[in-house]
Formats: sequence, C-alpha cells, structure tokens
Amino acid sequence: MNILVCIKQVPDTTEIKIDPVTNTLIRDGVPSVLNPYDGYALESAARIKDNAPETRIVVLTMGPPQAEPALRECLSTAADRAYLLTDRAFGGSDTLATSYILSAAVKQVEELEGKFDMIFCGKQAIDGDTAQVGPELAEHLGLPQVTYALEVLEAAPEQLKLLRETEEGRQVVGVTYPCLATFTKPAFDLRFPSFRRRAAARQAEIVRLGAGDIPRIDLTRSGLKGSPTKVKRTFVPPRKQSGIIIKDDTAENAAAKLCEALRSARVI
Amino acid sequence: MADYNPITPEIIAELSKAVPGRVMVGDSVNPDYARDEMPIYGTRMPEVSIDVLSTEEVAAIVKICYENRIPVTTRGAGTGLVGGCTPICGGVVICTAKMNKILSYDLENFAVTVQPGVLLQQLAEDALTHGCLYPPDPGEKLATLGGNVATNASGMRGVKYGATRDYVKAMTVVLPTGEVTRFGATVSKTSSGYSLLNLMIGSEGTLGIITELTLKLIPAPKATISLIAPFAGLAECISTVPKFKMNHFDPQAIEFFEKEILISSEEYLGKQVFPRRVEGCQVGAYLLITFDGDSQDELEPVIERAAEMLLAEGALDVLVADTPPRLKSAWAARSSFLEGIEEQTKLLDECDVVVPVPRIPEYVVYVDELAKNYDFHVQYFGHAGDGNLHIYTCSNDMEREEFLRQVDSFMASVYQKAMELGGQISGEHGIGMGKVKYLAQAAGPINMALMQGIKQVFDPRMILNPGKVCRSLDC
Repeated sequence: MNILVCIKQVPDTTEIKIDPVTNTLIRDGVPSVLNPYDGYALESAARIKDNAPETRIVVLTMGPPQAEPALRECLSTAADRAYLLTDRAFGGSDTLATSYILSAAVKQVEELEGKFDMIFCGKQAIDGDTAQVGPELAEHLGLPQVTYALEVLEAAPEQLKLLRETEEGRQVVGVTYPCLATFTKPAFDLRFPSFRRRAAARQAEIVRLGAGDIPRIDLTRSGLKGSPTKVKRTFVPPRKQSGIIIKDDTAENAAAKLCEALRSARVI
Repeated sequence: MADYNPITPEIIAELSKAVPGRVMVGDSVNPDYARDEMPIYGTRMPEVSIDVLSTEEVAAIVKICYENRIPVTTRGAGTGLVGGCTPICGGVVICTAKMNKILSYDLENFAVTVQPGVLLQQLAEDALTHGCLYPPDPGEKLATLGGNVATNASGMRGVKYGATRDYVKAMTVVLPTGEVTRFGATVSKTSSGYSLLNLMIGSEGTLGIITELTLKLIPAPKATISLIAPFAGLAECISTVPKFKMNHFDPQAIEFFEKEILISSEEYLGKQVFPRRVEGCQVGAYLLITFDGDSQDELEPVIERAAEMLLAEGALDVLVADTPPRLKSAWAARSSFLEGIEEQTKLLDECDVVVPVPRIPEYVVYVDELAKNYDFHVQYFGHAGDGNLHIYTCSNDMEREEFLRQVDSFMASVYQKAMELGGQISGEHGIGMGKVKYLAQAAGPINMALMQGIKQVFDPRMILNPGKVCRSLDC
C-alpha cells in the first residue's frame, strides 16, 4: 500500500489569545504545531503500516520553508518521505487554489513515489477551519472520498473500510482504491516519536517542489489571482449560547416543560 | 481511649457564636466529611462540621473543643488514602478547603505564602505564571496543600526534588489548646533547637492545625522532555531503574507500570496513549522518565545517552514526549491510574511502601509471588525512582469480610518484607487509621513510645484527630 498524507503547520490555537481591544487574534510568539487532525490522519496511516509493514507513507505540505518542522515531526513518528510544496506563486491561495495546486503536486509526487492507493487528510485545519481542501482535492483528482473518518477498520486488498462520524452516530463505509479520506478526532493521538526515528528525522532530506518542478501546473489557477474567494471582513464569531437541560421527576413533566419552553420561544 | 464529652446544645451555641452561620449539625453535615478516598478503613459522620475561613476561627473552635474535651478532626479536600481525616470518634470536623487563597509571593526569597485549602493544582499553575515551580507533584492534583504538608506527600518529581517536607519554610499552627503559634521562618537554613516545623510535617493533623503555609519555590525549568520505554517484561523494566543514578543521570521522575494498569487508566480517560505492541512484540511494562533543564539543547545529549542506556537494558523502543501536548497526554495517563482502579473496583485497599531503590526488583518479584496466594487481584505501580510502590488489592466478587481477612494477611507480609529490605511503611500517603498497627510493628515499642510522648506534649487531652498515626483507639 502507498499512502499520501497531506498535512499543514498551524499556530497552536491553545496558545492563542484574543486582543481584548481589537478583538483580533494575537499570533505573535505563538508556536506552530502540526494540525492535530492531520496527526490523526497520519496515525491512521501508521496503523495500516503496523499491520502491513511494506506500506509506504509519504507526507506532503504546501507552505513556506518554516513548515519544515511539521514535516520532520511526521518523519519522526510515521512518515517515510516528506515533500514541501513551496513557491511564491502559491502564496495567497484560497481553498480552491490550494486544492488545485495540491492535486497537481500529487500527480508529480506520484511520478516519483508511484501511485497512491489512499490519500489521507485532516478533516480541517484548526486555523482556517474550512474543511474544504480535502474534499476539493478529491474532486480535482476524481477520487471517491470519505469525510469525517474516525479510524481505519480494515485496509483490505480490494477496499478500505472506515468508521466515520455523522451527526446521528457512526457509520461503517467501504471505499475502493484509490480514494481520499479526511479524518476527525478519534480515541487516540498521533503516536510518540521514537528516539531513533526522531534523530533520523532531524537529518532527513525534505524534497522541495516549486512551481517549476510541476510541469503541468496552470499557474493562473494558483495564488491570489487563482482564488475566487474574497475576504470582505473577518470577525470573531459570537459565542453560541449553550443549550438548556430540562430535568424533572418524570418524563411527562419534563416533556411538558419542554413544550412550554418551545411555545414561549414561538418555535411551536 | 480518651473519654470524650458529647456535644451539647450549649456547645453548639458557643461554636455558632464563634463562627456564625457555618456550624453544621446532624443531617446538615456534608456526608463526604465521614470519609476520605479509602472508606474500607471505616467511616463515621461527625456531629458537627465547620468550614473555616481564618486562623482566628480555627483557634476559637479548638479552644471550645479543648475546654469541653470534644474530638476535632481537620480535613482539606478529603483525597487521603489511609483514613487520615475520617472523624472516627465523631465530634467536630474542621474543613479548611475554603481557606483557599494564595496570599503573597516573595520572589526575592523564592517563597509563597498560602492558606491551607489552596489546591496543589492551583498553586502549581499560579507559580508558573511567576516563572516558578512548586516541585512536589503528588498524583492527586486536587488535594489541598494543608493535606500535602500534613502527610508529607511527594509524588512524581520526588526523585530529583524530594518530598513536600523539603519545600515547607514556615507555618502558622493552631495547637490543640487553641493557642496560635508559628513554626519555621523564610530562611535557607536553621540550627535553632528542635524542629517543631518538621514535627508538624507528616503529623496528619494529630499535633496541630495548619492555618497558613510559607512554601519554597524554585525557578521553573525551561525545558522538559519525557521518555517512554516499553519493555517486554516487568523484570528487565524494573531492574533498569537503579541504573539511572548509577550512570549519573538526574531525572526529575522515574515511574514504572505494567500494561494492565495502563489499559484501565486509558479506558478511564477514553484515549489510548502508549503503544501496546512494538514491532510485533507485546509490551509488558513501561518506564516513564522525565528530564528537565534550562533548554532543549541542554537536554538533547542527556536523553540521547539515557535512550541508549534504556535500549541496552532491553527496552523495546524509546519514545520521546518533547512538546507540551505530548507531555500532557503521557502524564495524564500516568496520573489517572488510581481513578482507573477506583472506577473498576468495588473492594479496594492499598499500601505505599518505600524500599531502597536497588531493592525494588527483588521486592516486586516477592509481591508478585505473594499475590498468587490470595483471591483478590493485585495491581501496582510506583515512583520507581525513589523506591515508592503503590500496591492495590482489588476485588469485585469477594465478600467484604473475607476480603478484609485476606488483605490483612497480605499487608502484614508486604510490610514485613519491606522492613526486611530496609524500607518503610509509607512513602507518602501516611499512616492515618489504616496503618497504625503496621507502624507499631515496624517502628517498635521504643520509637512508638517516643511518638506517643510527643503527641502527649502537644495534645494532652487527645482531642486532635484521635485514633491516628501512633495512637490507635484502644491506646
């Protein structure tokens, strides 16, 4: 099996504070981390490799050279090879342009690494929170996609069986190869780096790809000019009010209270 | 046993006058005040409980109880494991949990003054915002500092930094007569007579009531890295522990645990953290080691050397936790062992013997062999780096009486063996009422008489926390 995991380096949002005056995020001095959802995607790939040691895991990120530590973290935990997609021409890309560039890069990386059976992504990055790049990448590549995967149940020769999270509960889905899956938070984290891998990762070569290395890329679809998204305004979303919990001695009484609350809110 | 007087309506009126509005009587007493986290040693509701807010209130209450010969038991968060704060003779419970203010920092002296109800976690987090570390690190982060001092708790970082005792500079104490005094000072050393301060530390509320503490801090280390070393079996895991000091390593913590206890903790947390197989080999036991220092660069060669040693000693792999989230998740699993056991066990007893570090492998082998003779299940883990083991006897299907009978026999043997190896009854949990008879056997009549004599000097009417440490109820 050949697995590509797409990752992103993001500011550690647990360290971000909000400027009380301007109501904007204070990013200065905030450490960067591997996007946690990408970590879950990588761990899911690593678990396939645990059972099938011949599996190869390649990681790919698009970003500035400062994104290298996130790639090295992947190498220190589970990845066999890392690619950094970096070029000024890619700067300012929205999700559509990003996913297009990634799709072009995937085809290029496949020429070096062989065809990927699976492409794993985090369901979203914790900075942008769009959850669009994974699904868009699948569309550009014409791959079947499974979103909100919790874990890989089985990577059988003919199909990948995934457990996915839905609004209502959980669902087991089978998908044929090649495919793309985006991962949400499971009951495990990305594994700890082993001492030996960590030492090797520090020395490992990270392959850089620029626009010039991807002959078939259409640069009009890249960067700011290739991005139809226009940011008109940014703001901190208002806090959602937490729900109310109705408790009573009996279900009847509780239901009556609920009806009353819905009526007074003019919902019914 | 001392002869106590009943609490009359007149005494309640007197107490209510001293502490208006907070004297709880009968059914209004919080039922938690009948016990700590180890109810197997017995529980009893006090007649009266009072949540105190100041030294003056404590002094006034104790004076009334002294004059009327009413037993007084002090409690903080009630997280003890030896029945230390169980009011076994009834009477009055004084709860210091609401005296929870961090009063002042003296950063020139690296000292902080707190009320006794401040939680360990509260101080740990607050001290970090001042660039300081409060080194004692017991597993129970929601314990009060008053309780930590009363039991001389220590925890994970004891290997490098010692126990709570090493971080107490001074304290305000209400004596059993109701007099208020102060022990210790914010100085670096003292050679000024008997150390009353050190007598109070670990006295488990039997000599006086701590109402204010001045604690020592250290500059917070700037970098921390933990190593996780899975081993195939317990034997090679545990025999690696003494090698750290022998090879001149100075780790902050060395914990060991078996896979089974890890799984119950991970189930409790709902998250798998540690690997259970390494390259096809089942893991049997783990070491979790932490190093701290001034920078990541300073630590790198240390962990490299430590990792090489661990691999040479048979570790299946050495994993590195070098980021705050990874450190947090590694130690969260370790910190939840007791909660994991408590959640899955109906009948539970424990001991926390401490033996010289090089004797740990021998001791663990003995406990494993001994456990085979009993119907309960034995689980243990420990602060391997300082020789302190927590051994739990767990059963979900035994009759209580039979459990107690078998535990009694088991404990007698584990304590006996610990003493043979040059160990002690308790490393950090204390004696409370659960271990009084074992302390008597271990300490011997001469030392017990000395301890009882000290108790007599502080508390001639025996009102403070009766039935604990060196005096059982039939004394």
